[in-house]
Amino acid sequence: MKESVKSVLHGARQTIAVSVVLMLLCGLVFPCLLTGLSALIFPRQAGGNLITVNGQTVGAEYVGQEFTEDYYMWSRPSAYHYNVYVEGEDGTRYYNDGTEFPGIGSGSNNYAATNPALTERVEADIEAFLEKNPDVKREDIPTDLLTASGSGLDPHISPASAEVQIPRIAEASGLSEDEIRDITAENTQGKALGIFGEETVNVLKVNIEIAQRMGIL
Amino acid sequence: MLQIALTILIYLILVIPVGIYVYHIAAGKHTFADPVFNRIDGVIYKICGIRPQNSMDWKRYAVSLVLTNGAMILLGYIILRIQSIGLFNPNGIGAMEESLSFNTIISFMTNTNLQHYSGETGLSYLSQMLVIIFMMFVSAASGYAACVAFIRGLAGKTKDNVGNFFADLVRITTRVLLPFSVIGGMLLVWQGVPQNFSGNTVVDTIEGAKQIIAMGPVAALEIIKHLGTNGGGFLGANSATPIENPTILSNLIELYSMMLLPGACVITFGKMVRDRRRNLLPDSLLEDSAAGAPKARVRKGLTEWMYGREGRSIFAAMGILFLIGMGVCFWAESQGNPALAEMGLSQSMGSMEGKEVRFGVAQSSLFTTVTTSFTTGTVNNMHDTLTPLGGMIPMLHMMLNVVFGGKGVGLMNMITYAVLAVFISGLMIGRTPEYLGKKIEGREMKLAALCIIIHPLLILAFSALAVGTQAGLAGITNPGYHGLSQVLYEFASSAANNGSGFEGLADNTLFWNITTGLVMFFGRYLSMILQLAIAGSLMKKRFVSESTGTLHTDTMSFAVILVFVVYIFAALTFFPVLALGPVAEHLTLWA
Repeated sequence: MKESVKSVLHGARQTIAVSVVLMLLCGLVFPCLLTGLSALIFPRQAGGNLITVNGQTVGAEYVGQEFTEDYYMWSRPSAYHYNVYVEGEDGTRYYNDGTEFPGIGSGSNNYAATNPALTERVEADIEAFLEKNPDVKREDIPTDLLTASGSGLDPHISPASAEVQIPRIAEASGLSEDEIRDITAENTQGKALGIFGEETVNVLKVNIEIAQRMGIL
Repeated sequence: MLQIALTILIYLILVIPVGIYVYHIAAGKHTFADPVFNRIDGVIYKICGIRPQNSMDWKRYAVSLVLTNGAMILLGYIILRIQSIGLFNPNGIGAMEESLSFNTIISFMTNTNLQHYSGETGLSYLSQMLVIIFMMFVSAASGYAACVAFIRGLAGKTKDNVGNFFADLVRITTRVLLPFSVIGGMLLVWQGVPQNFSGNTVVDTIEGAKQIIAMGPVAALEIIKHLGTNGGGFLGANSATPIENPTILSNLIELYSMMLLPGACVITFGKMVRDRRRNLLPDSLLEDSAAGAPKARVRKGLTEWMYGREGRSIFAAMGILFLIGMGVCFWAESQGNPALAEMGLSQSMGSMEGKEVRFGVAQSSLFTTVTTSFTTGTVNNMHDTLTPLGGMIPMLHMMLNVVFGGKGVGLMNMITYAVLAVFISGLMIGRTPEYLGKKIEGREMKLAALCIIIHPLLILAFSALAVGTQAGLAGITNPGYHGLSQVLYEFASSAANNGSGFEGLADNTLFWNITTGLVMFFGRYLSMILQLAIAGSLMKKRFVSESTGTLHTDTMSFAVILVFVVYIFAALTFFPVLALGPVAEHLTLWA
C-alpha cells in the first residue's frame, strides 16, 4: 500500500516538474536566446526590415502597402488594405476607401472559386483598372494584379503586372516609360538559383524610387 | 514542375542524415553531441526526479503521457486567461475568453494548432512564448515519444518495456527539437523573419497615410511551428504573410523543417526493426555474409541501408500517396478559375486568388499538399480559395491521415493500415497474417479496426451535427457546395490534428470552439492509446520463424497493396461526402 502511494507521488512530481521545466526552457529560454543571437548577427532583419528614407520610417521591405495615386505602382487587392489607414480629425481610423479600420489583421476574404462575391469584386476592379489605364486591354491584365493575396500583405506583383501599369505611371508622374522600366527592373527579384519561386517586383521599393525621382520625397 | 521535382529530390537527400540522427536518439545510441546533452539532460532529470532507466509498460507509458499533457494543458490555460498582465505585452492584449481558451489549449496540446483567434489581436507575446511555443515543442515531443514507444513495442527486444516516457520527452526536446530550432530559427531571421520583443510599429507611408506593421518573437515560433508539424501561425494569415515567410528561401526552410522529422520517423522505424532482425539472425548467417557469401536476407542495398527494409516499403507507400495528391493539386490550381476566365481575366498564371506572388501556383500547391500530408497545418496560401479539386486534396490527405503524418503519429497510423493490409491479403491468398514476425490475431485486428473507424466517425458525425444545427450552419460563409466543404475541412483538420482551415469559416463561436475541441482531443488520444495497445499486445507474442507461407512486407508490391488499402478505405468512408462537397463544386464550376 505504502509503496503504491509513494509511486503515485513520484509520478505526480515528475509530471508537474517536467511540465514546468520544459515550459521555461522552450517558452522562455529558447525565444530569448534566439532574440539575443539574432539581434547580434542579423539586427536589421530581427527588427523587421524597416525601410528608412531621410530619417523617416516609411514601411517594411517585406510588408506590402496600398497605393492609390496614379503615379505610383499599385499593389494587389487586399482584404485588410495592407493595414494602411488614415486618421480622421476625431481620432477614428479609416481605410483609404472610407470604411472603418478595425485594427491590425491579415488574411483574405476567403472567397471560394464559385463564390459570386469573388466575380463581383474582380469585375468592379477590372472596370476601375481599365478606366485608369485606358490603353490596356481587358485580357492583358495579369491575374495576380486583380486577385487578392492570401495574407493581404503581399509586397510583390509579377513583372507582367508592373509592365501594364507603366504607361499610366509615366503619364501621371512625368517620368519616361524607360525610366520607370529601369526602376522596376532594379527592384525585380529573380527566381532563387533560377529555379525556385517566381519573379517578383517589390512595389514599395519601386514607389520610393519613383517618389525620389519626382522630387516629392 | 522542375522546381517541385527538385524540391522533393533535395528532401530525399536531406532526410537520410536526419533520420540516422533521430534513430540514434530514439534507440539511445551514442552520438557526437552526447557530452553536451548528457549534462543538460542530467540536470533536468535531477530537478524533475526522472529515473531514465526505470522502464514502463505500454499502459504506464500512455498514462504518463496523458497526465503530463493534462498538467501542461492546465498551465497553459492559466496563462491564456491571465495574459493581459503587463509582462511581454507591449500591444496591450486582453485576456482570452473561456471557450476560446479551451479550444486553443486543446488545439496546441494535441499538435493540431487549429486557431479560432488571430495572433495579432488574440495573444500577448507572453502567451505566444509560454503557451504557444512551449506547446509546440512538447506536443511534438509527446507524439514522437509515443511513436518511439510504439516502434520499441514492434521491434520488441523485451516483453513489456517500451521505455521511459519522461526521459523520451526530455531527450527528444533537448537533442532534436531545440538544437534544430536554434539553427533553423537563425536561418529564418537571416531571410527576414522578425525576432524581437517590441510592440507593433506604426509608420508614415509615402502617400501620407499610416501603416501598422506586426512585430514580435516571430522566428522562434515559426521554426518550431514547422519542425514540430504544429502549424499555428504567429499572425492570422500564417505562413502566407511575408512577415512569417518573406522569401522563397524561407519558404523552402519551412517546407523542409516540416518534412524532415516525420520522414526521419519512418527511417527510425526501419532501422529499429532491422536491429531486431539482426539480433535474431544466427551468428553463422552473419559470418557468412561477412565472408562475402551473399545471402538474400542480409544483403544490403543502398535504399535498405537508408530506410531499413520494412521502413522502405512504408516510405514508398507514403511517397506514392503523396505524389498522386501533389500532382492533382498542382494540376487543378494551374487550370485557374473558369469563372474569372469567363469575365476576361486571363488565367494563364493559374488560380492566384488567395496565393502570394513570390510562391506562385507551384510552391503554393506543393506547400498545401505537404502541410496536410505531414499534418502540420501551416499555410502559405488560403486553402478556402483553392479550386474545388485543389482544395479536395488537402482535405483528402487529412482524411487519410497516413501520408507521412505528423510527429510520429502518421507512422503509427500507417502501421495500423499495414496490419490491416496484411490481414486482408492474408485472407485473399490464404496465408497466415504476420507483420514484423508476429502473428496478427483477433485482438490486434479489433484494435486496428477500432482505430481506423474513429477518425471517419469523428469527422462525419460532427459534420452531420454541424450542418444539422443552426449554430453550426451559422459559421458557413461561402454559398453552395463549398459551404459543406468548409465544415468537412474543419473537422477533418481537427480529427487529423492538422490545424489548417478553410479560413472563411466563422469559427470563433461556442459551438465551433467546443465541437472542434472535442474532436481534436479524441482524435489525438484515443487513436494513440489504441495504437500503443496494439504494440503492447504484439510485444507479448513470440516471434514466428519465417516460412514459405509468410507474406513479405518489405517488398514494393506490399507498398502498392498498402496504397490500395488506404485508398479503398478512404473511398468507402469519404467518397459520398466528397462527392457532395468538392466534386459537386468542381462540376458546377466547369459546367
